[in-house]
Amino acid sequence: MIEAHGLAKRFGVVQAVSDVSFTARDGLITGLVGPNGAGKSTTLRMLYTLLRPDAGTALVDGHDVRTDPEAARRRLGVLSHNAGLYPSLTARENILYFGELQGMARAERERRADELIELLEMQEFADRRAKGYSQGQRLKTALARALVHEPRNVVLDEPTNGLDVMAVRNLRALLLRLRAAGHCVLFSSHVMQEVAGLCDEIVVIAHGRVVAAGTAAALLEQTASASLEEAFVVLVEDGRA
Amino acid sequence: MKTLLTVFRKEFLENLRDRRTILSALVFGPLFGPLLLALTLQLSLSRNEAIADEPMAVAVTHAERAPNLMAFLRERNVSIEEVTLDDAGARAAILDRAHKLVLAVPEDYGARLAAGQPAPLRLYADSSDLFNDRVGDRLRTLLSQHAQQIAQLRLLARGVDPLVIAPIAVQDVDVATPRSRAVLALGVLSYLIIIAMLMGGMYLAIDATAGERERGSLEPLFTTPASRSLIVYGKVLATAAYMLISLVLTVLACAIVVRWVRLEDFGMSAQLDASTTLALIGVTAPLILTGAGLMTVVASFTKSYREAQTWLGVVLLVPTLPLAFVTLLNLKPTLPLMAVPSLSQHFLMTALLRGDPIDPRAVAISVGVSLALGIALSWLAARLYRREAILG
Repeated sequence: MIEAHGLAKRFGVVQAVSDVSFTARDGLITGLVGPNGAGKSTTLRMLYTLLRPDAGTALVDGHDVRTDPEAARRRLGVLSHNAGLYPSLTARENILYFGELQGMARAERERRADELIELLEMQEFADRRAKGYSQGQRLKTALARALVHEPRNVVLDEPTNGLDVMAVRNLRALLLRLRAAGHCVLFSSHVMQEVAGLCDEIVVIAHGRVVAAGTAAALLEQTASASLEEAFVVLVEDGRA
Repeated sequence: MKTLLTVFRKEFLENLRDRRTILSALVFGPLFGPLLLALTLQLSLSRNEAIADEPMAVAVTHAERAPNLMAFLRERNVSIEEVTLDDAGARAAILDRAHKLVLAVPEDYGARLAAGQPAPLRLYADSSDLFNDRVGDRLRTLLSQHAQQIAQLRLLARGVDPLVIAPIAVQDVDVATPRSRAVLALGVLSYLIIIAMLMGGMYLAIDATAGERERGSLEPLFTTPASRSLIVYGKVLATAAYMLISLVLTVLACAIVVRWVRLEDFGMSAQLDASTTLALIGVTAPLILTGAGLMTVVASFTKSYREAQTWLGVVLLVPTLPLAFVTLLNLKPTLPLMAVPSLSQHFLMTALLRGDPIDPRAVAISVGVSLALGIALSWLAARLYRREAILG
């Protein structure tokens, strides 16, 4: 479970995030949706302890990201925006390296790498060097790398960016599978439809603050809109005021 | 601590697969440097030798007017090419490089010689052509030897001791030992070793910092529980490992080259035996940590691979600055100067090559300062990596 409490972050004169609070529960997929520059990435980066909040805090399975960032990171699997691989290493080696950094024993991380390669259908390219991978192959490798230590909580920053339809379908299937296994899944997107089709909970973020949160149905009701796209526009416009 | 090893191993192995790193660490520095040294030495040495022994060709007009002189020259390995050229023709032949030297024997040569008067000879040469000028000097020496022979014979014929015309006998006493002469030729060696060593770690330092950031793998790396400081130390150590490989290879290559050039044939004995080779590596090794730390710190500030490459190119020159000062100011090694990294290594390497005694205090200061600076720089790099701005 991930809980954000009044997160705020400023870069120079830009107040990237001013007040973000929400809860992402286990066994649910939570979507963080908002226009470009709304503060989604900054919020997620505070959750996975890359940035230190100016105010507020977040708890990952009860571990405070401000006071115990290492414990928080241990319980998180993170797919960051533009997650890069090591081009001279194979997919398997990329995964194993992260398993080692997570402190996993050799036998354990090798077993886990085999498991993920099968789960994500990576057999075909797993032992080829990452240089020259397709977008979809890169994403699979980055995902496997993020999941190597079987984290309870999975955070993905705009994971569908630049993916073709097949890759998006595969990703969706994986997220549903993680949900079924009781994981807490939190992902960000700027496409409302994508979030609506997948998420149990939607958190709409605009201008650095949460403007609405709830199920898709609740958001439609709250904004008295016919479509989610309309609801999104209404919420973002309201947030500006 | 496990993190440090993990990062070290991964960076080390990953870069083994990188052509750029391999080329700069294992090929360019260790191979081309010593090879260049060998070629330079070989060329300059063999040229000196060539001038002394090579048969010399001289074009002579009217050789028949001076048969004794021609015989004298032929005996001394000078090949005579008989030509027919007037004054203008001889000048043109030299300028057109048809001949290197033209010796003209005037019509009255024989008559004046027989009369005991100075017999004229005309030697055409181009003094602006350095190489040929040395050949010209050799011919002039031979001609004056011949003249001296004639003079001595004339004195003998008149009952005078030929020593009368040799009032002074100058003897050159060269106090340069074979070793110190060799060191002069090997003056570039310490410079070469330090540069090759730094180059060995350069690409890994770039790849592990600016490269990792540009590829976008730094952020995922920092989402693992691994400590950032340990990650950075692992990278610094991997850089240092490549520098060490580069250093060992370069010194070994130099030792082989020095043997191959066979300096002893030229009266030099630059001995790079096993213990000297080891000592060279030993006194230079502490500089590795300074270099690895410095490169990591500088590369951390850069935004891209390209920018890092540019800056590290400059960093590569930094250790050569003290060396330049030494040459300009003609500094002698003193204990305070041993606190200057790269300079102290240069002094120690030179002393080893010369076979001079080495002050243990000098070694202690050099090693201590270089290691301390390396540790401080690594610590600074780790601090830089704790900033949020490191991700750009």
